[in-house]
Amino acid sequence: MSQQTQRVERELTMSRAMVEAIATEMRDDDEVFYMGEDVADYGGIFDSTEGLREEFGYDRVMDVPISETAYIGAAVGAAQLGMRPIAELMFVDFFGVAMDQIYNQLAKNTYMSGGNVSVPMVLTAAVGGTYNDAAQHSQTLYGTFAHVPGMKVVVPSTAYEAKGLMHNAIRDDDPVVYMFHKRLMGIGWLPAPDGPKTPVPETDYTIPFGSADVKREGDDVTVVTLGLHVHRALEAAENLADGGVSAEVVDLRSLVPLDTDTIVESVEKTGNLVVVDEDYRSFGVTGEVVASVADEALGALDSVERVAVPDVPIPYSRPLENEVVPDVDDIEAAVERTQ
Amino acid sequence: MVTARHYEERLQEEYLEGKQPAFDISAGPIPGELHLAAGHEASGAGVCQHLRDDDAVTAPHRPHHVAIAKGVDLKRMTAEIFGRETGLGKGKGGHMHLFDPDVNFACSGIIAQGCPPAAGAGLAAKKRNTDSVAVAFLGEGAIDQGGFLESLNFAAVQDIPVVFVIEDNDWAISMPKDRVTDIENGSQRAGGFDMPGVRVDHDDAVAIYEAAGEAIGRARDRNGPTLLEVQVHRRMGHFMGDPETYRPERDQDAAQARDSIERLAADLRAHGVDGDELDDLRADAHERVEEAIEWAKDQPEPDPEAAYEDVFVNPGSGVTDSEPTFDLAGGDD
Repeated sequence: MSQQTQRVERELTMSRAMVEAIATEMRDDDEVFYMGEDVADYGGIFDSTEGLREEFGYDRVMDVPISETAYIGAAVGAAQLGMRPIAELMFVDFFGVAMDQIYNQLAKNTYMSGGNVSVPMVLTAAVGGTYNDAAQHSQTLYGTFAHVPGMKVVVPSTAYEAKGLMHNAIRDDDPVVYMFHKRLMGIGWLPAPDGPKTPVPETDYTIPFGSADVKREGDDVTVVTLGLHVHRALEAAENLADGGVSAEVVDLRSLVPLDTDTIVESVEKTGNLVVVDEDYRSFGVTGEVVASVADEALGALDSVERVAVPDVPIPYSRPLENEVVPDVDDIEAAVERTQ
Repeated sequence: MVTARHYEERLQEEYLEGKQPAFDISAGPIPGELHLAAGHEASGAGVCQHLRDDDAVTAPHRPHHVAIAKGVDLKRMTAEIFGRETGLGKGKGGHMHLFDPDVNFACSGIIAQGCPPAAGAGLAAKKRNTDSVAVAFLGEGAIDQGGFLESLNFAAVQDIPVVFVIEDNDWAISMPKDRVTDIENGSQRAGGFDMPGVRVDHDDAVAIYEAAGEAIGRARDRNGPTLLEVQVHRRMGHFMGDPETYRPERDQDAAQARDSIERLAADLRAHGVDGDELDDLRADAHERVEEAIEWAKDQPEPDPEAAYEDVFVNPGSGVTDSEPTFDLAGGDD
């Protein structure tokens, strides 16, 4: 498709890009509103709503009681009447206190109604570790949310993705879980690595779910990952290139739907698959990606490696957390094992 | 009320077909569990008389009497209960998960978890500045659930036009309420949330109608939420097949004797309503129920392939299939 491309110079942090998409949708549609803990005056503990209350007021940027069941469920009820609520789970780890509203109502009402009811809401959730917040505040739980049918699950890795995925999430008539990694947001007290701050078009745009993005092309190995670990994989790929190994890095961008085609296409080229994930190893993203490729292109696979959090809770102390959360060295080592 | 009663009695007959003499839950024309609401009719009718189609209702796992009172399409609801293709949920929901968006009726089979969506429906009415209201129905066994208590607080602090209706039939499956809570009157829970709490005793349709009218009027006038508890009776087991061995005979006898429908009929006659008129009303209700059941049984079962549909209403990709092209300076895209 030939298209006039517009050069984009303006760079934003991931949080600014996310907020820009929400603000645009709120300006365009009175039915969009945001609910969460500390989202109004504070602007979101992880800057996910910074500045929205100032523009839209307390009625549309609602601080709520610490009652995740009540307000996530209220979002479900308002969505079923056609409003477009965004409800924020401050830490994804808090899902346990509200899981019925997520797993049994938000995810299933469309199906159980035979499609007569839809739930056009977004559930935002901060995910991830790397800052020593221990086992109840550091998980990603990607696999937990992607496991139950009925929710689309997206994970932006850069500001560019954060904006386009959020526009699509709010406009979608289905429930979308939007999992943003704390380390990528560009918060002053939680510095982001190089990478998530990108040029972001001022215009609104949508990124389709189920479209993985090849962030770096390579010939020898396919590294499939998401969220924070896109950046760690890119750094590993850069280092590996010095040693003559050419790694292709695929950013999933969404788990539901999963873009198996892009992964398989890459694996058919490279023959080797490394899946990198910040979720637990067992019954999670790494196993699912490997199984999906095996289903479709087993013959193309010369080798497979999984890099994930070993099956332990995320520990607190720095050396302990660093041990279990995959880092650049872990990714490089896994790639080298495939060569 | 008579429609709801006859409906439950007829469903009981249909349900047990093929499940006797040895009860086999997986046999017979109606699949799955069945929680019938005979003895709850005064609640559904007394409350829903005050509601319009644009008012939202959530019902729990025992929803039929509420659905009927709210005006849910009886034929399609029955087809859903029989698991048929033309059911409200195309056979994917069943009797605990009835959704009729035409009259804003929804269910949840999970105890107390219809309360938050009802609060959300009321919140939507408030945000849209309409005079619609929402009502959540729940059983007395649900009043110890976090989802209920959180919703009371959320509704109170946000001034949401919602009414929570506790249907107190004394039993949470086998658990009598005095063994799970130290309060006799569930509406006392409202006190902790600075919300009016009202209880209606004696399974009295007129008293329920009056109390509900006040609570719903209060919500419609934007004066905040109300917690209403109404005494009803469980004339059948928790679910069909429940032997009720835990339940004293005198309790069941009392439930049978305290029949809100017969008492209402006697009241109406005492107030000069013609007995023939009441008979006609019953006959019409029976006919409507028979028609719905006959229609439902004639409906086709779903094509097995339909199991793969309706997980989402939009394509998986969301509202777009393609990504625009930008030249991102210095970016990695």
